[in-house]
Order: sequence, then structure tokens, then C-alpha cells
Amino acid sequence: MKAHPYMPSSTPELHRELLSAIGAPDIESLFVQIPPEHRLQGELELPPALNSEPALRRHLLDLLSRNETCERNLSFLGGGIWQHHVPAIVDEIARRSEFLTPVWGTPSSDHGRNQAWFEFASQLGELVGMEFVGLPVYSWGCAEGHAVRMAARLTGRSHVLVPRRLGPERLAVIRTYCGSVELPDHIELELVDHDPATGGLDRDDLRAKLSSRTAAVLFENPYYLGTLEENAAEIAALARAAGAETIVGVDPISLGIVAPPSDYGADIVVGSVQPLGVHMSCGGGAGGFIATRDEERYAREYPTLNLSIAETVAGELGFGIALFHQTSYGLREEGNDWTGNSVYLHAVANAAYMALLGPEGFAEVGRLIVGRSHYAARRLAEIDGVRVLFPQGFFKELVVCFDDAGATVAELNRALRERGIFGGKDLSVDFPELGQSALYCVTEVHTREDIDRLVDAVSEVLA
Amino acid sequence: MRRYHAAVWDEPLVMEMGRPGRRGIVFDEVEPEVRDAVGDPAELVPAGLRRAAPPELPELSEPEVLRHYLHLSQETLGMMGVSLFGTCTMKYNPRLAWELVARPEIAELHPEQDDETLQGVLELVHGLDLILRGLSGMDRFVFQPGGGAHAAYTHAVITRAYHAFRGELAQRDEIVTTIQAHPCNPATAAAAGFRIVTLPLEENGYPSLDALRAAVSERTAALMVGNPDDMGIYNPEIQRWVEVVHAAGGLCFYDHANFNGVMGKLKARDLGFDACMYMLHKTFGAPKAGGGPAVGAYGCTEELARFLPAPVVVEEGGRYRLDRDRPDSIGKVREFFGNVPQLVYAYTWSRAMGAEGIDEASDISVLLNNYMEKRLLEIRGVAKSHPHLTAPRLEMTRYSLEQVEQDTGITVVDFQNRMADFGIDAFWLSHEPWLVPQPFTPEAGEMWSKEDVDEWIDVLAHVVEEAYADPELVRSAPHNQAIRKLSDTDLNDPANWATTWRAYRRKRPPSDGSSGDGAEPTEDWAKVAP
Repeated sequence: MKAHPYMPSSTPELHRELLSAIGAPDIESLFVQIPPEHRLQGELELPPALNSEPALRRHLLDLLSRNETCERNLSFLGGGIWQHHVPAIVDEIARRSEFLTPVWGTPSSDHGRNQAWFEFASQLGELVGMEFVGLPVYSWGCAEGHAVRMAARLTGRSHVLVPRRLGPERLAVIRTYCGSVELPDHIELELVDHDPATGGLDRDDLRAKLSSRTAAVLFENPYYLGTLEENAAEIAALARAAGAETIVGVDPISLGIVAPPSDYGADIVVGSVQPLGVHMSCGGGAGGFIATRDEERYAREYPTLNLSIAETVAGELGFGIALFHQTSYGLREEGNDWTGNSVYLHAVANAAYMALLGPEGFAEVGRLIVGRSHYAARRLAEIDGVRVLFPQGFFKELVVCFDDAGATVAELNRALRERGIFGGKDLSVDFPELGQSALYCVTEVHTREDIDRLVDAVSEVLA
Repeated sequence: MRRYHAAVWDEPLVMEMGRPGRRGIVFDEVEPEVRDAVGDPAELVPAGLRRAAPPELPELSEPEVLRHYLHLSQETLGMMGVSLFGTCTMKYNPRLAWELVARPEIAELHPEQDDETLQGVLELVHGLDLILRGLSGMDRFVFQPGGGAHAAYTHAVITRAYHAFRGELAQRDEIVTTIQAHPCNPATAAAAGFRIVTLPLEENGYPSLDALRAAVSERTAALMVGNPDDMGIYNPEIQRWVEVVHAAGGLCFYDHANFNGVMGKLKARDLGFDACMYMLHKTFGAPKAGGGPAVGAYGCTEELARFLPAPVVVEEGGRYRLDRDRPDSIGKVREFFGNVPQLVYAYTWSRAMGAEGIDEASDISVLLNNYMEKRLLEIRGVAKSHPHLTAPRLEMTRYSLEQVEQDTGITVVDFQNRMADFGIDAFWLSHEPWLVPQPFTPEAGEMWSKEDVDEWIDVLAHVVEEAYADPELVRSAPHNQAIRKLSDTDLNDPANWATTWRAYRRKRPPSDGSSGDGAEPTEDWAKVAP
């Protein structure tokens, strides 16, 4: 049998040498702690090994070839994972073995990576207008779940208000994080209605549901359905007057042209890190962040690892962990939620991405996205029977309704796929009140020609 | 002894680099047709929501950004030497997968594409599910949890759903675990709303069956436990544990974080467990990346499968689809269905290894660990936990440097710093609470050669000699890194911590750097094991 290429000790001679060094008769004798009746009976049922790299590569390429990509097709899917341009050097940096493969060294031996993480937090803090930024969490929805739990601890209250149209994925995650009504510390989640014209929160409904029981009001800019919340400052003021925290979810790629949430009264800012230089990877690009003002009462409720600048004994700038003892590593079940593996490699990609764009890059990409997405809205609305439900005040996603065109989104998307186009996400199941509508996402990767091609294809299918 | 010195670039913070007007990337101009149709794009943002002042980000050219982050990568030891980080099972990450996940057939997929356009990914996910079923005996796996702790949380949430379904949740509010279980087990169970009962260790290195019987009651919702623990001690009564908890009506979750020593040797289901968790970023060859993206693969029995987070990949007549219509599902613990690139790594690793390779990998892990133990215990001042337990440990052993610390004042954190001077990544100490003073926990796994392991031990022995001969040399380490060790500034003091450059500039800690009574920042650092 050939030695396995992943295992340097995979030779019979070495097995014998090691056994002889420890004075053991055979390897089996080293497993004596495990009672025989616990041991596997029979053979492992696994597919045959493919330890020839060419054979394994062929097999994997064969699998991969059964995927159709958003590179070969023209995709308008968004809704939590978005197709943005990933600069070439970001890929090189995020694929460096020193960043990719290791676990956890010392503050000195991890220094370069720590600096990249600190630069992630510092630059993201500039975008969102906050001075305290934790290391990333699993996703935007998980960040919202943690933020809701932070707010409950901060206020001692257990009722939170979130928009009805939060998006099915994020809403499902927050529901999970809020617990079960049968158990202690359950957080009651109440949905706030939307203004049917603007897509923003219905402030009358918010006022009616907001009370001295409310721990937090959560809203997003932009919302899942793409619209911006024009009354952000008023909502935050209402929350504050009721003694509640204001949690705002943002898409950070919008923040070159959209005001940072600190400007309109946010207390806890959350969002996705995926737009900042992370590939979609079928959802594997998801990642989230939590940021607040640098105030002790917030800092002490973070569930994240928090990397702080720290000086060395020689006066150099290094980095250490602040507030370790409030994590589950320090306090087990008494810690804030839990801390573990997250998506820290994304933070390295994000840092490089933000450094590449700079202030002008963010403004430019923001203008490009908002301009082209509105162009798509105008052009699509020109098609007979096609309506754009919130025709202004959105960033990169728009709701396109086909009710008057006599087609279902499923039928339309099938026909578009035959033309090499992935149509917008079908909203008819999650938002039946919107009829046969789809969520279209337009970013800097979509040219005017791409949008015209979509419009032509939709016209042709609906004709 | 190998000579090593980290690259020293004195690399400035990116926020202090660049010049006004430089660009690292430019995008397309807004097309005239677009401008004609929509006007000035900047005015499409509602007036009250427009950004007034630009973010204070650096202004850099593309080569500057590239070189900056390459310098930072070079100022990271990053497993370029030997890393025997116990409980994290450092593995070779197949670069074949590294190549494939960068291809558009993975990188440029959207999770909401029609299932028909994702057949390759879905088949791969299903194939990995089948492999993990084969290793565990469970009936179905999902990959939505973004790490091992998240999989433990998933179990706690499924436990809620299971007991709620049976109308017993209000009564069953306790989860039992052990003091040697990873902190994420009690922490996630508490975050899910449960009360935690923690069993202490007894003479033989694990809690007694009597203690378990005393802890279990009609309030018990579940047991969450690992085996072997991270001292390499296997609880031989684990089947009886499962019987006791099942008899009381609770579920049993096997945290397989320490799978390397038993993979191919036993199945969680055969031992009676209802659910288990594998860390694909550790045991199955996906990269750790200092803390993810990661996957906690969660598997369970058919009885619990109805509660799994949705969607679940199902195979029907050779076609694959995402089953979203699962009425009893707990919903979601994270958006979408998992970190797909990490699944490609895990599938690649598993197929490259096969059943024989996986079996041999656990053989090698245990063999190398026992070889390490023999050599380490020959070094002055090194002891192992529970020395009266003489049976060979599994894939890791917990040691103590208490004697060295008593003789010389040199701590395990000093050892981490000094060993790094020889290109050795920090060893893992122990989770809180430290049951063994001055603990350290190396794990050889199967990717390191005997030469690597010998080098690691030689460096440790050398640093022990230094500790006795010249303790100041060790205490003041590191000497060969990009920066020296951190000062004793208390990072738990709001006056000192700064997680962003803006906060730091505002606070500028006192230049004497000694403003608190907190633990040394390097000690807190050393207790993190993502």
C-alpha cells in the first residue's frame, strides 16, 4: 500500500519505529481505553478513496461542471448575498497560507494578522460611524440576533420590535436567537408594519407597539426589499424616548453615499461583511458585524472577540484581546451568549477591500449602484404589465411586480434561465401580499447593456 | 536548534498610509443613458439620508495595498513552522480544494439559484452528508452552523423543539454537561434558555455515573458531552450515561470536537447518541483561518431530523434539491445552507483519505501522541494530568509545567512566547477553569512528521533549560518576532481598550503603559481557542 500524501507518518517502517520507541506491541494496544463493545463492528461504509490527485480532481471538476454560475449567466439575485466585484488582490491576500491555514498563535507571532483584523474594525468603524467594532460574527442575521440579546441585557426588557419585511432568512435566525416562550429569558418578537407606499416602517404602528417593555427597535437601511428608511432619525428618537435601544442593519457598500447610522441615532449597528470583497460562494460568503459607540455599557455586552490596540514592552503597537472575561471562553454559561469560530478570514479580505476603495471608491461604487438600479427600475416599468412597487428611495434592490403581466415569477424565471439570465428572487411565497413579485438586485457588476438585455428578455417572454 | 526570525517590516497602520487623491480601484463611469434616465445618481438617495462627510478611509494605490497586506502576512507565523494546537487538530488543508473553491463554479454561485443550476454543489453536499453518516451512524447531517459552537447551539435549539413538540419543554429546563466539556456547550445551552448542570471530574478523570444519576431528573432536557476529553481520557461508561439520560427522557449530544483519536474506531449512534457534531474546519481538512469561516456539521437520528434547520439537501432519483418545506423545523441558525467552500474542502479531504486513510489517521494521531508523551515526560519539570491513569491517552494529553513555574517563575505563556522564537506556533493551554496548573495541550494529529514532532519537543526541552539557566531570557521573550510582547496594560479598562484607530487616537493610553490591575493581555490572549 502506498503512503498517503497527506500523512508523513504513513509508512509501515515509521509505525514500527514509533511503536518500538514507546515499547508498545502494536497500535491496537494504544486504544485500550475504549471498551471493545464500543468499537466499530464491521467496515466503515464510505465511498472508495480517491487518493490519486488527478483522479480526485477529475471527479471534483465533474461535480463542479454541473453548476451554472453567475459569471456565465447574467444574475439579478440578491436578498442577503450579492454579486459584487472582488478586486484581484483581495483574492491573493485572503488566500495567503499565513492567513488561511493557522489557528491561534501569540500576540507577537500573530501580529500581522492581528493588524489586518484591527484595520478591518477601524475602517468599518469609519464607514458606520462607530468607534467600537467587534470581530465578525457568522452573518447579518446572527449579528441581529446577538444585537437583540445585547439590547435585552442592556435594558432588562424582553420585547423587541422588528420590521415585518425583514426578509425570511434573517427573520428566521432572529426568531431562533430569541428563545422559546417556555424557557427563561425568552424575548418576545413583535412585527411592525410597513408603509405600503414607501416601504418604510409604519410609524403609527410603531408608536402603538412601542412601550416601556420594549428593549429595542430594529430597522434596516436598506431593507430586505431594497428601500431606504427615510424616517430613520424619527424612529430612533421614538425608541430612545421609550428607553429602548435602536438597532440598525446596514449594507456597508452603500455607506459612501448613504449616511452612517450614527448620524441618525443608531445605538447598535449590524450588517453584512460580504459586499466588502467576499465572493458569494453559494452563501459561504455570509458574514456579519456588530458596532457601537465606544461606551462601556455597550462594550460589556458584546459576545464577540474584541481586538484592541495595545503597546508592547518596547512601545511598539501590537494587539490584544479586550474584555476576554465576558466571553464564554472566560465564563462558560455566564458569558455573553457564546464565542467561537466565526468568519475571521473575511475580515482580512474586508480590510484590503476597504483600503483599496478609500472614500472616493465607496462614493463612486455607491453612485454606480444606485444609478444603475434606478435605471433598471425605469426600464422594467416601461414594459407592459410590469410595475416597480417602490420606484424610488432604494439602493440596489427593487421589487418588480408581474401581476398585471399575467405571468408568475416562477414561469418568467424559467424562461429567463433559458436565455442565460437568473431573474430576481421570487417573493410570492414569503410575501403573498406583494403578488407575483420578484426582488431584483443590480450592482456595479451590471452594465447598462446587461440591464437592457434583461429588459429585452422580459419583454420577449411576456409578449 | 533551527534558527528563525519573523519578518520585521515595522508596517504602519493602513489608516496612516497613502496620500489624498490616490485610488486603489476605479469603477465604471455611470453610462450617459443611465444618467439621462435617472439624473444625478447621488440625488437618488433621499435628501435626509445622504452622507455629509466622506468616511476617513486611507487613499492608496493598488500596489501599495497589496504590499501592505503581504507584509502583514509575512509578519504572521501562521503555521509556517510546526503547530500542535491541542483540541483544534491542525490538519493539512488540501490545496486541490483551495484551487477549486476559487473557481466560478463555487465562488460565483448564489444560494438562491434554482436547484437545477446547483446540481454539482447539492450532490457534493449530499455526498458529504453520506460520508458523515457512514462515520457516525446518524441518519442526516446539515451544514448550516457556522462553527462547532454554533452546532452545539443548534443542538440546544433542537432540544427545545423536541421537548416543545412533546409538550414537556416547560418542565425540561436543564442541560447536563461536564467541567471538561468545551465551554461552548454550557454557553450555547444557556443562550438557548436552559439551566446548566456541570459535573466535576472524579479520581479516574471523568465524572462518575453516580454523579450523573444524581444530576438527572424529569427536568433534564439533554446531555452535551465530548469523549475523549481534551486530556485524552476516554469515558468508558459513556453508554451507561446515555442510558441514564434516555431513561430520564433527555437527549444525548456527542460533541465530536476530539474526533481525531476515535475516527473510524467508533460511531456516535452505536453508543446510543441522538446527535453529534463534527468540526469540518479541524477534523476534515478545511482551513482554520484563525477563526473561520468554519462549519459545525450537525447530524442526528431520523427521530430528530424533522427539527433540523432548513433547508436540507435531498436526493430524488439522481437529482438533488433543497427541501425548504419542513413544518417542524427549528427554522434557521444562520442564513442559507452553509459555508460551501469549507464543504468542498471537507469532501475533498474525505474522498482523498477514504475509510482506510481515516482509520490510519487516527492510528497515527494516537501513536504520535504517545510518542510525544514518552519524550515530553523525560524533560525536567514536565508532568501529565492524572499521572496515576497509565493507559495510553488518545490523540492528546494534558501536561503541566507547574514544577518549572515553581522553580523558575516561568509560565506557560512565557513558553508560548519563547517557543515562537524558534518558529513554533503557540501550544494550547486549557479551557477555563484550569484543572491542572500551568497546563499545556499539544496534539500531533496526522499531518506532522516524526521529525516535526521531534523538533517541537526539542524546542520545548531547550526552553526548559533556558528557564532554569537564564529565566529572564524566557520571561522577556519573544525576541525574534515582528514585535515584542505586550505590556501589562489592562485591556479590560475602558480608558485603555481601543478596537478602532479612531478610539485609540481619542484615548492614547498613558505612555507608562501600566494603568491597571487586570490580567496581562497576553494571558487573556492565550485562553482563546477559536
